[in-house]
Amino acid sequence: MKITGAQALIKALESQGVEVIFGLPGGAILPVYDPIIDSTIRHVLVRHEQGAGHMAEGYFLATGRPGVAMVTSGPGATNIVTPIADAYMDSVPLVVITGQVPTAAIGTDAFQECDITGITMGITKHNWLVKDVEEISEVIAQAFYVATSGRPGPVLVDFPKDIAQSLVDWQEPPSIDQLDLPGYHPETKASAESTTAAAELLAAAERPVLYVGGGVLKARAVEELAEFVTLIGAPVVTTLMARGALPDSHPQNLGMPGMHGNYTAVTAMQKADLLVALGSRFDDRVTGKLDGFAPGAKIIHLDIDPAEQGKVRRPDVSLVADAKTGIADLIEASRSLTQTDRTAWWAEVHGWQERYPLTFDPAEPGGALKPQAVIEAISASSPADTIVVAGVGQHQMWAAQHWRYEHPYTWLNSGGAGTMGYAIPAAIGAKAGKPERTVWAIDGDGCFQMTAQELVTARVEQIPIKVAILNNSYLGMVRQWQEMFYEERYSEVYLSPDLPDFVKWAEAMGCVGIRVDTPEEVQPAIDRANSINDRPVVIDFRTDAREKVFPMVASGATNDEIMVHPSQQGEK
Amino acid sequence: MAEPFTGSEHTEITHHILSVLVENKAGVLSRVAGLFSRRGFNIYSLAVAPADAEDRFSRITIVIDAESAPLEQIVAQLYKLINVVEIQDLSDSTTVQRELLLATVHLAGADRGPLLRLVASAGAAVIDFLDQEVTVSLAGTPRALDTFEENLAELHVKVQVQRTGRVALPRLGASA
Repeated sequence: MKITGAQALIKALESQGVEVIFGLPGGAILPVYDPIIDSTIRHVLVRHEQGAGHMAEGYFLATGRPGVAMVTSGPGATNIVTPIADAYMDSVPLVVITGQVPTAAIGTDAFQECDITGITMGITKHNWLVKDVEEISEVIAQAFYVATSGRPGPVLVDFPKDIAQSLVDWQEPPSIDQLDLPGYHPETKASAESTTAAAELLAAAERPVLYVGGGVLKARAVEELAEFVTLIGAPVVTTLMARGALPDSHPQNLGMPGMHGNYTAVTAMQKADLLVALGSRFDDRVTGKLDGFAPGAKIIHLDIDPAEQGKVRRPDVSLVADAKTGIADLIEASRSLTQTDRTAWWAEVHGWQERYPLTFDPAEPGGALKPQAVIEAISASSPADTIVVAGVGQHQMWAAQHWRYEHPYTWLNSGGAGTMGYAIPAAIGAKAGKPERTVWAIDGDGCFQMTAQELVTARVEQIPIKVAILNNSYLGMVRQWQEMFYEERYSEVYLSPDLPDFVKWAEAMGCVGIRVDTPEEVQPAIDRANSINDRPVVIDFRTDAREKVFPMVASGATNDEIMVHPSQQGEK
Repeated sequence: MAEPFTGSEHTEITHHILSVLVENKAGVLSRVAGLFSRRGFNIYSLAVAPADAEDRFSRITIVIDAESAPLEQIVAQLYKLINVVEIQDLSDSTTVQRELLLATVHLAGADRGPLLRLVASAGAAVIDFLDQEVTVSLAGTPRALDTFEENLAELHVKVQVQRTGRVALPRLGASA
């Protein structure tokens, strides 16, 4: 029996195990929305296509299953470009389906036409324009395979309207080894020689640091990591993308390195004689000024992407492998080796931890809330496996620093792209994938105003997330830079604390809205939010606008020039 | 016609040649070119044509400015393109290289004798002419084409030159 291309597309998505599509219909994708009515796949109707993309990202990060978004052509497609770019930077597997004008109209500047495969060429792992109804099941199978294998990333399938309306005999999707991808061989394993060389280099190192990045979480390699860390006994840093990969309570976990990393994590890398990069990519936010970064360290670089080897820092031993198999191989190669005595190294590390712990000034009596204290209170009052999602800015850094991460896949943020407005939709996507878990979005007042309308989606779709707005009435991170590096000349960073009225706005979107002005109100508000599970909750925390993120490595400075909290300065 | 083999064919030191086998699919050239521009790699010349009888693959010969990025990084990034099947780095191996040049010479009353003598001595050919205009062609090594182009300029008449960009293959017996 013949079915339409639209039906074939939905069937192809079902056969990939898709449970939920985040999307919004329009003219060119209209035929595909008809068979959705009859499908087992849940569709979450967003209020802006950007929301669909970030929801799909949040869904993946919480569940490990690829996120799927569907939008129409033209502006529908361009509105999802930002989440695609975001997913590309953070190696998030998305399958984005865009409607396209009929094939005969392509190239004629037709209504709502745009060249979305051209636009997204540089921000997708690959993209396809479906030109033949017969190739639907092959293309969708390729799309999911490419998105999820090797270094994961977003892919896009552009789907012309006439293809959706054509008739076709359903073809079962090909198996992975039948896919026509002659140039794609993503599964790699490091050679035994390189692995042995790495293990020997590591065993002999006196001051090693394991530099753990997001690739460990992407490879679902946390068990291997924990075993490796214990076996080697070396200090570990977990980057912004890897918070939770090793519990913060693990005695070897020094926490987050980088521009706003803690003193010990940053300094241990600087003083190391060996960095073992595991699924990390020497991002500029980690290295600071490159030629002053970890000057005495040899490098072992384990990454599945061959292009990461030597892109930023030349490795002494290069291991091109998936973090899961790569770490497992390192464990085997290390078992028979004796690790060098590192008592002196640990003594040095513990000295830094004692002298320069993460700190902030407590709220003054009658004074404004301290945002760090709010985050610590939410962290302490919520289940240990709570999923935390941040926007981008000061609140993101405080959430990365002050939330206590004990479980993997509980910290979601926009690391590489730095996309403001990420938190609300990504939190909704995470909660859609893990409805039994508590999901807190830690947001800023600037970020919130970019994507808040998705709380309507959350209410309508029964996805009860919780949102903490750290409302300091500023674009806080920009304000911090202007204060520190532009002689306090504040340019276009002030946002009114009362416009919009966040409580009324939350209520208008069907959420519970709570305002918190004083430290005494913090705990009751958090407890109330954690007790509400039938609708989203938004808390407007009025926080101290003068508060800055410390430690900080200024742009262009080396990590040796890290600025600790003012109360610790002078001790250095 | 053919350039006598001199045994001294070397590209300029700052250039590398990559022979890139790609799937012959819509947009593949754009993917390759887009990668070069967004990563800040410079293309010196580029030639592309089908590589098999079924038109399933194309071969792109890219001459790159090696100053712009480490070669291994360029190759690794190229391999990340799903449609790129195989890359041969011809930089360090002995290669044979050829390029085609067409030039229209506007004599504008000048004596055509020097032009014809140049054509004959270079092994080029006259392939078209009309009144005061002559189109000549020369296939040969990039260096031979450079020399021919310089000699044409010395005729002091208007010359319009079109070159194809080079194609290259490993010399027989040399491992690419």
